[in-house]
Amino acid sequence: MESLSGRSKQVVNKELTFKERIYLPAILGGMWITLKHFFMKKTTIKYPEVKREFAESYRGLHVLKKDENGAERCTACGLCALTCPAEAITMTAAERKNGEEGLFREEKYAAVYEINMLRCIFCGLCEEACPKEAIFLTNEELTPANYDRGDFIYGKDKLVEPQHHPIGKIRGGGPLNQRNYHPYGKGLVTLS
Amino acid sequence: MDLLKVTIDGIEIEVPAGTTILEAARKIGKNVPPAMCYYSKLEGSGGKCRTCIVKVSQGSTKDPRPMPKPVASCRTQVMDGMVVLNETSPEIMEARASVVEFLLINHPLDCPICDQAGECHLQDLGYAHGKQKTRYEFKRRTFDKIDIGPYVQLHMTRCILCYRCVFTCDQITNDRVHGVLNRGDSAEISTYIEKSIENDFSGNVIDVCPVGALTDKTFRFKNRVWFTKPVNAHRNCTTDKCSGKVQLWYKGNEVIRVTARKDQWGEVEEFICNTCRFEKKETTDWVIEGPAKVDNKSVIGQNHYELSYDKPVVPPKISLFADHPSFKDDSKFIN
Repeated sequence: MESLSGRSKQVVNKELTFKERIYLPAILGGMWITLKHFFMKKTTIKYPEVKREFAESYRGLHVLKKDENGAERCTACGLCALTCPAEAITMTAAERKNGEEGLFREEKYAAVYEINMLRCIFCGLCEEACPKEAIFLTNEELTPANYDRGDFIYGKDKLVEPQHHPIGKIRGGGPLNQRNYHPYGKGLVTLS
Repeated sequence: MDLLKVTIDGIEIEVPAGTTILEAARKIGKNVPPAMCYYSKLEGSGGKCRTCIVKVSQGSTKDPRPMPKPVASCRTQVMDGMVVLNETSPEIMEARASVVEFLLINHPLDCPICDQAGECHLQDLGYAHGKQKTRYEFKRRTFDKIDIGPYVQLHMTRCILCYRCVFTCDQITNDRVHGVLNRGDSAEISTYIEKSIENDFSGNVIDVCPVGALTDKTFRFKNRVWFTKPVNAHRNCTTDKCSGKVQLWYKGNEVIRVTARKDQWGEVEEFICNTCRFEKKETTDWVIEGPAKVDNKSVIGQNHYELSYDKPVVPPKISLFADHPSFKDDSKFIN
């Protein structure tokens, strides 16, 4: 029968040569490659004793920033949750009471702010969407392993930074408005 | 009835005498000038914000001279043979961007906090025509906070003085207690001496407000509108003049807000009473009709897959005045 691809080959039952029949040269060749690798530089590291350095643009665990007065920057506007492709973020807003001005920067704040780290894909869109420069993905921490699924839902206790830390220290280097990217292009934004 | 022929952005339409350019454009359904202060259901509204300005390149057939300046389309009536340029005129687009800039001079940029964000007309306008940066370097005007009752939250800093709420209270309710005080830069919406707004239809000022100056206190900071799901519903309301036809805004199984239904121009279809709006927040109070249609450009439509508003399709040169159901209610203001 004519082959469909036109690339079929006739199998030839050729007899092996003496060199091929004793197998030794092929085995020695393989051993030589193995031996060579004993003396080569290893590509693996002994995690967790040794840890790799994070790239500057690495997107790790989230942090909710405070401003220079120690007040939380997040106003629970919901843009991070809206933009989140994995729908990992939920929040509940509350109104700031008198006397809480030192705790929360704006009239409204997030009473509950939760990120489900099992859903999160660490894409960094929440960071891009945030109008208050409140949420950032650090380049120094990963989500630690855990035995309980519930422990992967990170609340404000784990996300809010303990004290103010300048934004410049977070990945990307420098405040958002000085970074060199234009998510919507440089010109006017039109709806249609 | 004489029909006048008017051309807006190259599309011809015949409308009865007395129709404004804006209403004619709405009848075409394409290239409609935006309106922040004009409200077809409120008599006397319009002419204040200037966002609806258009260029009239030919006044009429009898007098084809162009109008010297851009005109407010919500207040300018059409003439026979009038040629209007809206989005096809770069001059108008530039002028409108300037109007938006002026409106935003004193408007705080607190959309992340504002409950109106997501359904705010000024936000849409700023997004469509505005610039990305402000050139204004001075302090924005501020006001002393006043409490105007348990239902309505007033944020005077966000007000753009469109007067819609004043017209609403004047025309829909029988007892108007608030208005605009002072002049010029210090003009503000107020109840004069901290008097709460208390009558059956006062909640409608929330719906007519194009910005977040008047918001629902019972919905304050409850949720962002785009996380809630609008559902059409009705009930037999015993209040006079209240249709009982509303939109329920669900979060999960909870009704967190009740508003009047809005048409494709963002205007209330039928005004509702305060009992419907503020007191009936259980699903059992309502007969559910189904999911509300959301404009496909609206952020509220995210994750909703219903069809967007059916735009009225008007074949050229044929008047559909008073034929199309969506214009039935407008007729009394046009004649």
